[in-house]
Amino acid sequence: MQLAVWTYEGPPHVGAMRVATGMKGVHFLLHAPQGDTYADLLFTMIERRRERPPVTYTTFAARDLGSDTAELFKTAAREAYERFRPELLLVGASCTAELIQDDPGGIASALGLPIPVVSLELSAYQRKENWGAAHTFYKIVRACCPATAQPRTERSRPRCNLLGPTALGFRHRDDVAEVTRLLDRLGVDVAVVAPLGASPRDLARLGDADFNVVMYPEIADSVARWLGKTFAQPMLAAPLGVNGTRTFCREVAALTGGDATAVIDESTCRLPWYSRSIDSTYLTRKQVFVFGDASHAIAAARIATEELGFEVIGLGTYSREFAREVREAAASYGVEALITDDHLAVEEHIAALHPELVLGTQMERHIAKRLGLPCAVISAPVHVQDYPARYSPQMGFEGANVLFDTWVHPLMMGLEEHLLAMFRDDFEFADDRGPSHLGASAPVAAPTPVAAAPVAAPAPAAAASDEPRWTEEAERELKKIPFFVRGKARRNTERFAREFGRTPITLETLYDAKAHFQA
Amino acid sequence: MPDHVAPARTIPDALPVLRERGQHEVFCGLTGIMWLHRKIQDAFFLVIGSRTCAHLLQSAAGVMIFAEPRFATAILEEGDLAGLADAHDEIDRVVTRLLARRPEIRTLFLVGSCPSEVIKLDLSRAAERLSKSHGPAVRFVSYSGSGLETTFTQGEDACLASLLRGVSPAPSTAPTSLLVVGTLADPVEDGFRRTFDALGIPVHFFPPRRAWDLPEVGPGTAYLLAQPYLAETGSALDRLGARRLPAPFPFGAEGTRGWLAAAAQAFGVSAARFEEVVGPAERRAQAALAKIREGLAGKRVFLFPDSQLEIPLARFLHRELGMELLEVGTPYLQREHLAAELAMLPSSVVLSEGQDVERQLDRCRAARPDLVVCGLGLANPLEVEGITTKWSIELVFTPVHGFEHAADLANLFSRPLLRRARLKV
Repeated sequence: MQLAVWTYEGPPHVGAMRVATGMKGVHFLLHAPQGDTYADLLFTMIERRRERPPVTYTTFAARDLGSDTAELFKTAAREAYERFRPELLLVGASCTAELIQDDPGGIASALGLPIPVVSLELSAYQRKENWGAAHTFYKIVRACCPATAQPRTERSRPRCNLLGPTALGFRHRDDVAEVTRLLDRLGVDVAVVAPLGASPRDLARLGDADFNVVMYPEIADSVARWLGKTFAQPMLAAPLGVNGTRTFCREVAALTGGDATAVIDESTCRLPWYSRSIDSTYLTRKQVFVFGDASHAIAAARIATEELGFEVIGLGTYSREFAREVREAAASYGVEALITDDHLAVEEHIAALHPELVLGTQMERHIAKRLGLPCAVISAPVHVQDYPARYSPQMGFEGANVLFDTWVHPLMMGLEEHLLAMFRDDFEFADDRGPSHLGASAPVAAPTPVAAAPVAAPAPAAAASDEPRWTEEAERELKKIPFFVRGKARRNTERFAREFGRTPITLETLYDAKAHFQA
Repeated sequence: MPDHVAPARTIPDALPVLRERGQHEVFCGLTGIMWLHRKIQDAFFLVIGSRTCAHLLQSAAGVMIFAEPRFATAILEEGDLAGLADAHDEIDRVVTRLLARRPEIRTLFLVGSCPSEVIKLDLSRAAERLSKSHGPAVRFVSYSGSGLETTFTQGEDACLASLLRGVSPAPSTAPTSLLVVGTLADPVEDGFRRTFDALGIPVHFFPPRRAWDLPEVGPGTAYLLAQPYLAETGSALDRLGARRLPAPFPFGAEGTRGWLAAAAQAFGVSAARFEEVVGPAERRAQAALAKIREGLAGKRVFLFPDSQLEIPLARFLHRELGMELLEVGTPYLQREHLAAELAMLPSSVVLSEGQDVERQLDRCRAARPDLVVCGLGLANPLEVEGITTKWSIELVFTPVHGFEHAADLANLFSRPLLRRARLKV
């Protein structure tokens, strides 16, 4: 049993829904109890899709368990086919239906529907959303795409497939547009984008392309490997960051006999210059903690280091399927990878590291908010904020621009807060208002009770513990340190004071500690 | 002024009901945790369920607005399904971790789910055991919010009923008092308390803001339901000897008058005093409603089944705002508690119980309503089809009871129409 307040991934059937909803001509029949229909609103409300997901739920209740849930499934399958006339029917079970073992796949095949029926084994008690999406995508491709090598059609321009985007994906919509544009400038056409926007018939054409771009390996890795083996199509990784995009351009050029120099030189990517601009000097060696799905986390760590000059002090993922890759990346930064889907463990980790910036998911955004740290979101799980009205890709040159803005913004605001803090005695800038960019509910960055209570009478709780005491003067000095590093300064100073028996903490202790840790 | 008893015009049983069995597009009872954990401020809700339950709680209902909520899921994994003894050890382990993290918790609800029910995990036994090991500082209560047993608001019903389990009836010599039953937003509760104080009626509210502040319930208790979905809680109160005061529900000016009047009659409040207390607030509500009525009168409304509030709301929309009722769906029709409401519906109304969502959508599209009240899974797709919608979950999250909120309730229905008329994009 795992205690979860928030979860990084939904159940595997939600992954299957993301594939089915992204595609055209597919209907998904899900054996599930009443209540599981909540998943529809992820698509209609968070992503604001215009149609209901193409999913029929059997919604069995307690009284059905006593009679015949299999019959219910049969009726639902027939009615769903009659009503929606899909080209392909997906069938599967949610967690509860898995326990009652009705064999949806067997029942659906026995109905003799005139369309392919693809049965999913979703393993709800072992697997999660991304695995469910990958499994579903693989099963559909294997059902729709004949494995016999077809001769590639002669064309004036080379072609590739974009694999992995789904409904309810993190910036998938804009990434597809950006990568398509980039490929076009490189003289390459996109053959099939899948699952997003593809029909079962489109999947039959996957072999008729020169290579595959694996945009989201969490979802498309198994399909891309099969296609590679079956049709000798090379795999290219997604273009994330300036360097990732330049590499991608060169690799595409190498595969297609083209030249990427012009595309790279003429790109409108502002990240390299903005990063070199002297106002960015303060970004140097900013300590950053990175957590997300494997591919976004690995890319973010690389971009943070190479393209923004940050220092990665922690790297982790909730994608256990890609733990090896994340461990390798973490080792290259000299840190231990955090592989967990327990956000409480992530919280403990962040609290211990006390980074200056968190690059994480919505969960880390909340954690950072509680700890008073700046944070930018780099990965799913998705939030309504991840479907901005404006164009906001993560991939390609424009994606690099977006990343620069998104990551630097919370830090710039941090600097601004510090400047405001210089005017703290003005009533508008009262310290107890909390950092404005963290929202009205943000906690006060670092509680400083001493200003109100004289040092001679420390709070009883503080006296009881081994918390070193601060002199009023030292507390005042501490408050001059920007709030986003104040917590760290406090902790370091107290550690120093404990280690060297320097209590109460005076101005001297504060600066001795600073010198001690600066080494 | 009308008499304070609600008019009984038709025999409720005479209204025909369309019963359907198909896809139910509704929440399960776990969703009630969203408002229950805000109301009962020292309680924590631990769902023993699957990743689906956790996902429902965070994405459908919470939308991650509370950074550290007082609810969580103990997610069942492959190993837990193998042997039940293990599962109980696991519950103990998870609860210990949780209490270490949240020492301020005084009541912990173990909430059953679809998978925990299918594997027959006995949570009442777990609650008993945990009460022994962690009590008396923390009390443990169990109930089921599973979709197999409960639809949406029925989760609150199960939760409230669980709080009454094991309570012994107050002696018949205890002073008579009124118990208002069902979660109300705090400002609504405060408002009602002032009204009952003014009427001189001793009143308690259930659920209490602190789970341990349970009111005494016995033969001297008269109770008024503030929500129409409390069948099981009502039965539990009846068993304790409490007496239900039949009344319409306090939605709109008319419903609120009828509801307060039921209490006034039971506690022998004079008609003069009643008018003195209720009259000004009622007239204020009526005046506010009159303005909103202009935009809603004659408009045709179709209600999908969701919270069981549909029938009282339909009565309000029809009688006080002049709307025409096309179909009024409810997940479950509790005739006894709704008798006063059903009596006030027009005989032409189409009531439906249960759901086949595809067929119901067909009927809805064919009827071309001016306004559809439905869940979040259906609302945006219907808007795309040009049909104006009011998403129904807001009705359980917004203060809508009583005179002071009658206009707020009406505005929830008029705003979507107003917005559609205003937008020029």
